[in-house]
Amino acid sequence: MSGYLEIRDLQVRFGRATILQGIDLNVLGAPLSVVGRNGMGKTTMCSALMGMVPASGSAKLDGKEVLGLGTGRVARSGIALVPQGRRMFPSLSVHEHLVLVAQKGDPAWTIDRVYETFPRLAERRRNGGDQLSGGEQQMLAISRALLMNPKLVIMDEPSEGLAPVIVDHLIEVLRNITTEGMGLLLIEQNLRVATSVSEQVAIMVTGKIAATVNSVELAADRDMQNRYLGVSHGH
Amino acid sequence: MSLQFILTVTLNGLTLAALYFIVASGFSLIFGLMRTVNMAHGALYMVGAYIGFAVFDPIYGSAWSSYAWPIAIVAGIVAVAVLGVVMQVVFLGWMQGQELRQALVTIGLSIIFADQLLANFGGSPFQFFAPDLLFGPVQVPGIGRYPVFRLFQVGLAIAVGVGLWLLLNKTRLGIMVRAGVDDRQMLAACGVNVPLVAATVFALGAALAGLGGVIGATAQPMALGVDARFLLISLVVVIVGGMGSIGGTALGAILIGLAEQWGQVFFPTYSVILTFVIMAAVLAIRPQGLMGRKVA
Repeated sequence: MSGYLEIRDLQVRFGRATILQGIDLNVLGAPLSVVGRNGMGKTTMCSALMGMVPASGSAKLDGKEVLGLGTGRVARSGIALVPQGRRMFPSLSVHEHLVLVAQKGDPAWTIDRVYETFPRLAERRRNGGDQLSGGEQQMLAISRALLMNPKLVIMDEPSEGLAPVIVDHLIEVLRNITTEGMGLLLIEQNLRVATSVSEQVAIMVTGKIAATVNSVELAADRDMQNRYLGVSHGH
Repeated sequence: MSLQFILTVTLNGLTLAALYFIVASGFSLIFGLMRTVNMAHGALYMVGAYIGFAVFDPIYGSAWSSYAWPIAIVAGIVAVAVLGVVMQVVFLGWMQGQELRQALVTIGLSIIFADQLLANFGGSPFQFFAPDLLFGPVQVPGIGRYPVFRLFQVGLAIAVGVGLWLLLNKTRLGIMVRAGVDDRQMLAACGVNVPLVAATVFALGAALAGLGGVIGATAQPMALGVDARFLLISLVVVIVGGMGSIGGTALGAILIGLAEQWGQVFFPTYSVILTFVIMAAVLAIRPQGLMGRKVA
């Protein structure tokens, strides 16, 4: 088992504004969801972990520091990102997205396996990355991350903008991924997705982790939801 | 105006366009991935010719005479590719995204390159002798005798264009380059070593300038000062055709090559203006270039 991520005192400042004021989080052998309202710093945390924005503190993947490495080296050390807004490459076809990240040798995830898992992508292999529906784009963004055969996947709001039936499919896919020993740090606004995928849910409020609670408790506790998340129930 | 005359001027325009395409495609490639307006591209063209000639001269006239030209081509390409990598790694890589700064730095570098050539090689013009196979005239239907080297130039430009197209569309490096044009940060997040890709692309773009230099100095005598001309040509060609598109660069090169040759027929004194009239018209009607994509 690998993919242990230990985040200590992660801080991000833009000028005089402090966006992240010391995040402590552990992803230890089980998926972890982070929920919170808009503007609480969830996406900034993803960017900081990937080396896309300057940050201080520490983030260790299986004991090795990844903070300050630069995005390419963070990715090569075993962290894959499914970014907010999917960030497809409009110039590439579906198949080219997969070729870009596919690894040599005999890894767990291959292009063939992606096409078996997501037959819809196989049908659309020649289409451009920006000609897909929102759900298809999300499948491609997840496939792009899986093909890197990372130790840990960070997903930033994968359910955003998806129809409810697609969200059900997404939950199923995320559950299957995590049974294979790949770590998962899931950032979500959709409480139903967060609580269905992970047993533990961390709640982020203004750049800090306010509490880490059990999914079942959070799903049942309307007061806690209102306090931390406003009206953001699963829809 | 006879048909033979029309055909000859047109063919002259196309062979000139071929040279412009080879040089400008390198310029366009570098801009496409890195958004770097490499103002030293004309200087790289000139360096390619001078280094090529420094290697060519001692070999030509020796027992290895017939190999002199191909060796000069390789020398020009390799020297300028290495120079391009040094430029990218030492100067331009760490000012990524600061276009104005990069433009000023590359202007500075191009002045240094030109002065170094003057200091080391003197100011006399020189010209390569093409190998026997590509030397002399050949019969072209409708035109008569025509320099075979200038036809070779067209073939080489087509080979460069097809090669670039295959590289960008059929290889993993090409996929990386196109993905990098879309979103460099996300490309890095895919585990790709973006600085290495950037250095490779810079080497390739510079190498095309070096190749162009040796080819250009075989077709016509080479002298100091051509750097400014070829930088200007590269700029105009990619502005007309559309930045970062191979087809657009080809179209731009053909338009400018033909305009220069026909311009000299109709108004020899002011022919250079025609080039800029075309550029101004394209900028007014289709600012992204004839085959360029709109920038969001």
